[in-house]
Amino acid sequence: MITSATHAPVAEAPRENEQLFIPELANIIKVEQMTALEKVFTLQLPDRRPLGNRPGQFVEVSVLGVGEAPISISSSPSRSTETFELCVRKVGDVTAALHQLKAGDKVGIRGPFGHGFPIESFRGKDMLFAPGGLGLAPLRSLINQVVDERALFGRVIILYGARNPGELLFKDELQRWAERADVELLLTVDRGDESWSGNVGVITTLFKFVSVYPRNTVAVTCGPPVMYRFVLMELLGMGISEGNIYLSLERRMKCGIGKCGHCQINNIYACQSGPVFSYKEIKGLEEAL
Amino acid sequence: MSLTILQKQEFARFVGRLMPDFKVVGPVVYDDGFAFDEIGDPAELRLEYSTTILPPKKYLLPPAEVLFSFDRSNGTKVTPPPKPQPTVIFGVHTCDVHAIQLIDHVFSSGHADPGYIDRRKVTLVVSVECLAPCDEHSFCKSMGTLSADEGYDLHLTDLGDAYAVDVGTAAGAELLEKYTSASAASPDDMQQLNKVIGEKWPKFPYRLNFDVSELPSLLDMSMKSPLWEELGERCLSCAACTNVCPTCFCFDVRDEVELDLKRGQRTRHWDSCQLDEFATVTGGHDFRKSRALRQRHRFLRKGKYILEAHKYLGCVGCGRCARACLVDITPVGVFNELYRQQEIGGRS
Repeated sequence: MITSATHAPVAEAPRENEQLFIPELANIIKVEQMTALEKVFTLQLPDRRPLGNRPGQFVEVSVLGVGEAPISISSSPSRSTETFELCVRKVGDVTAALHQLKAGDKVGIRGPFGHGFPIESFRGKDMLFAPGGLGLAPLRSLINQVVDERALFGRVIILYGARNPGELLFKDELQRWAERADVELLLTVDRGDESWSGNVGVITTLFKFVSVYPRNTVAVTCGPPVMYRFVLMELLGMGISEGNIYLSLERRMKCGIGKCGHCQINNIYACQSGPVFSYKEIKGLEEAL
Repeated sequence: MSLTILQKQEFARFVGRLMPDFKVVGPVVYDDGFAFDEIGDPAELRLEYSTTILPPKKYLLPPAEVLFSFDRSNGTKVTPPPKPQPTVIFGVHTCDVHAIQLIDHVFSSGHADPGYIDRRKVTLVVSVECLAPCDEHSFCKSMGTLSADEGYDLHLTDLGDAYAVDVGTAAGAELLEKYTSASAASPDDMQQLNKVIGEKWPKFPYRLNFDVSELPSLLDMSMKSPLWEELGERCLSCAACTNVCPTCFCFDVRDEVELDLKRGQRTRHWDSCQLDEFATVTGGHDFRKSRALRQRHRFLRKGKYILEAHKYLGCVGCGRCARACLVDITPVGVFNELYRQQEIGGRS
């Protein structure tokens, strides 16, 4: 029997990837109903092994028998390395199955994938965050890291918009950010209700309330595809350079390792080269936004 | 590496001797044409075949493949897939040898794919020298795939009564030594080989109107070409082109459960960028909405993106997509039309 075919690239392939497609079974520590559609899951890997994530990365989450979906990590390693959090909107098969699970149940986890935000290069800069809707979920991992290392950054400005007051995510945390003198938080909703006394309008209506020193500002945005063009116009209009504007892009990654093709944006695999990109990197890619 | 001679009678015995130890596959007669299938009798092998609908890729990247099995009846138990069966693929045309080299690179670079690597390590490729064009759709000569210097374990050239066997790898040499009584090629054999190869090249036409080295930049310049809209109007989004392609490797991942709803498998399946929802995210936004954008993506992948990511062109000129297309969208037609448009644009 011959078992030693020696094709150079294959023979050199690393062997530590036996488990590449096999998820680890993480424990659900806590499930918190956040809004009508979103729940936050606190998860722990076996033996409390750290996930080893950077802000802006994502994991593939499995409910065995239903499937797997890419979900961005909402928590910062600066808060806890033994657990991590996922904010999950109930919108498809896998997320609907996830919403059925409770503390003590297990979910499959692969990752983390992607390269996340280049946070080291943000140090010393003024940070302008502009999440829309569920876009706060991935940005929260970076915002809390920045807040935890507050002295290393300049101003911290957060402009957050949701469709209505009920859809605002992480309300307790919004409250804590609002209470800090060193965080400037502005909220808006597309449609208010009787309880809402704040700004009403899409996220771009908040930009007139802030001014920044553009040469020292890094802007980070994430939201529904329709939002990006308008937010980019505002940010560029403030004089922030293309290389200092970062976006976290959504794609339906099936593998997370640059092979399945589903997340491809022209010649770039979002799962490998992203999902975080600077605007400068993607502005020439027609399929990016 | 070295050249040996295998008489045709001895070749049939060679194939027979492999059968107890290997799954032996190769081109056989199927309907009005040929298909790669498992060989039950060496006489079924048709090494002088024209082409097949599906490429031999299916033995390395199966249309459906188990990634792992799970059982949730008592806790959760996850089991990796069974180890693959050692396989010899006979009769691989050189275009498909080039395609296999690309797929090898895709699945062994970066995050190496365990299922693919396991299969590849127990699979031997016995390729054949093509001596006549498959049909009017093949354009291997234009793509530089009418010969292969590497990527095979053994390479056969039909000299009439015998095959000249080029040994490409140590595993190929071991196969010859263990299962045949091949003899070293004589100067006469060499002369015959030179004659056969020399006579074959003029029989193959160049079908691209430009040199293939220009293809990536041609596609780069053609992002805004009106041709994509024309193709989009005709394309049926049936995905036949990508299903028969030897270099397409995109896949979907699904869970399949048994009736007890406890046991099941996570599987991957060939997928296609030509299908409607390939680039759709949950919630409904589709990043490649129109057939025109999907056709453009397909041809840019073939002639540019894959080359940039994996060092090999994503098209090997086999012509399978052209044969399979119901509305006659062909790579030769598309590439030549883009070249014509650029020529006109450049002159005006």
